[in-house]
Amino acid sequence: MKELQDLNLPEELKYSKDHEWAKKENGNIRMGIDDYAQDQLGEIVFVEMPEVGDTFSQGDEVGSLESVKAVSEFYAPLSGEVVKINEELEDSPELVNQSCYDNGWIVEIKPDDVSELENLMDKKAYYDMLKG
Amino acid sequence: MNHPGTSGLIFREPELWEKSRAGRCAVSIPGSDVETAPLNQEFTRDDVDLPELYEVDMVRHYTRLSQWNFGIDSGMYPLGSCTMKYNPKTNEAQASRDALASVHPLAGEPYTQGALKLMYDLERQLSAITGYDAVTLQPAAGAHGELTGMLIIHAYHEKNNDQRSKVLIPDTAHGTNPASVTLCGYEAVNVDSGEEGILTPEAVEAVMDEDTAGIMVTNPNTLGLFERNIREIADIVHAKGGLVYGDGANMNAIMGIVKPADIGIDVMHLNLHKTFSTPHGGGGPGSGPVGVTKALEPFLPVPIVEKNGENYTLTCDRPDSIGRLHTFYGHFGIMVRAYSYILSMGAEGLKNASQYAVLNANYLKESLKETLNLPFDKPCMHECVFNDKKQQAYHISTMDIAKRLLDYGFHPPTVYFPLVVDGSFMLEPTETESRETLDQFVQAVQAISREAAETPDLLHSAPNLTKVTRLDEVSAARKPCLKG
Repeated sequence: MKELQDLNLPEELKYSKDHEWAKKENGNIRMGIDDYAQDQLGEIVFVEMPEVGDTFSQGDEVGSLESVKAVSEFYAPLSGEVVKINEELEDSPELVNQSCYDNGWIVEIKPDDVSELENLMDKKAYYDMLKG
Repeated sequence: MNHPGTSGLIFREPELWEKSRAGRCAVSIPGSDVETAPLNQEFTRDDVDLPELYEVDMVRHYTRLSQWNFGIDSGMYPLGSCTMKYNPKTNEAQASRDALASVHPLAGEPYTQGALKLMYDLERQLSAITGYDAVTLQPAAGAHGELTGMLIIHAYHEKNNDQRSKVLIPDTAHGTNPASVTLCGYEAVNVDSGEEGILTPEAVEAVMDEDTAGIMVTNPNTLGLFERNIREIADIVHAKGGLVYGDGANMNAIMGIVKPADIGIDVMHLNLHKTFSTPHGGGGPGSGPVGVTKALEPFLPVPIVEKNGENYTLTCDRPDSIGRLHTFYGHFGIMVRAYSYILSMGAEGLKNASQYAVLNANYLKESLKETLNLPFDKPCMHECVFNDKKQQAYHISTMDIAKRLLDYGFHPPTVYFPLVVDGSFMLEPTETESRETLDQFVQAVQAISREAAETPDLLHSAPNLTKVTRLDEVSAARKPCLKG
């Protein structure tokens, strides 16, 4: 597994305590899991995604990721409605391991209140949390 | 090195159809001494594809397949949470007796008195072991027992016009518990175990309310630790009108020592196939009897064996029953093995079995805690949980260590469960391993730990001596091939 200093944590993203990332994308919020989470989970073999139109509150369980080790849930970084899911993950779940911030994004949410983004951590605060 | 693993000649073996040659057969059928008569065309067909073989082809086929396998009869199988102990062959012999193996479920009461007596007596033996007022033998296995127990809890609240919406489940419970709760229409609410790896009364108090139907506790829990606060936790749950469910999968640690009914658990299942001597691990069949306190007895599934004078009968006359959960009466063959095991062990023998199971686990824990990281360093029950923290420096994972154990002649332990420990390596030696075997196992893990530093590639490619080496589990999961 990666050492903390080897993790790829882009500056422009926001991070949750459950290791999701979020960023603004055409007025919506795109989310996925970060480098730490994909590294900890190991090889991901299945992504269970919500359906377009589902609504969630910040922190609700949105779906789950299955690796050869375990099944882990992922949570909504903001409240809102799912407007898009990454359908490529259905056949190629390995994209989450290979490219967790780009091709391995998971869902896009139309946020109820975009200011909830401020509840999430920036890179420095998240990195400090990982250091414990 | 004194360990059982070595290389040996393993045979390739084709499918029976590949070995088949037209006209071959195992026995010569005597020539017919009557005239042939054609079968009704309506009942004949040409497409029955059965292999044609000599007897020796068949014997070698199944002997070779059996040599590819690893079972408790081959070596130590410390698969934590599964209780892979040796099952004495006498119990198998009793279950194979013609009078028990051939009894037909539709034969009727007058012709099955012996089978009904066995079930009646086994229920009472399990009551004596657990302290419960009544036991049903119907559930087919552990998770089915959980479902039965939760349906009983659901029926109890329904009867009291007090239906609730949630059930508490600690993070050290068995993985099937949340599923059983959800099937009953309840929401599973997670309760974190404390820093010591066991539940605290405060954590339960904080989430227990009058909309919570109860709590599901595995005791000892999946860290192999005894839930010391169980009595206090049961009082908290009872005070709010909830019930306590006990997952008895770990009963092998406490037989003859703790009666679950005495520590506040209202309903509990046992795994006969784990604790009471049925070979398992190949997917069944199992048996998951459920014990209940007096207050819950009316809700037990039907039919129920009753004794009237010298006669045994089956009754369905229980208006509050949750109904039938299995065709006929459950898995009778497993009940015979348990009955035979309990009678041949005796009360003192069962208690000794648990004591040795706990002693053996503590012996492994103490012997290996310098070699592997031990997250909860305290006396354990029948199993203990290590992880790969020390070996991570060499980029060696729990999986690598587990696979390498096969080369040393041991079945790997349970890995990556329980989830509450990162990279779990969960050992349950059971009572049936000798000191010499445990020492061999310890030496094997110590040798593997040295290899992790010196020759890590040996671990990455392991197992190296088995018929098939490291399998590509990722591709198997991502791109499953579901037909031959």
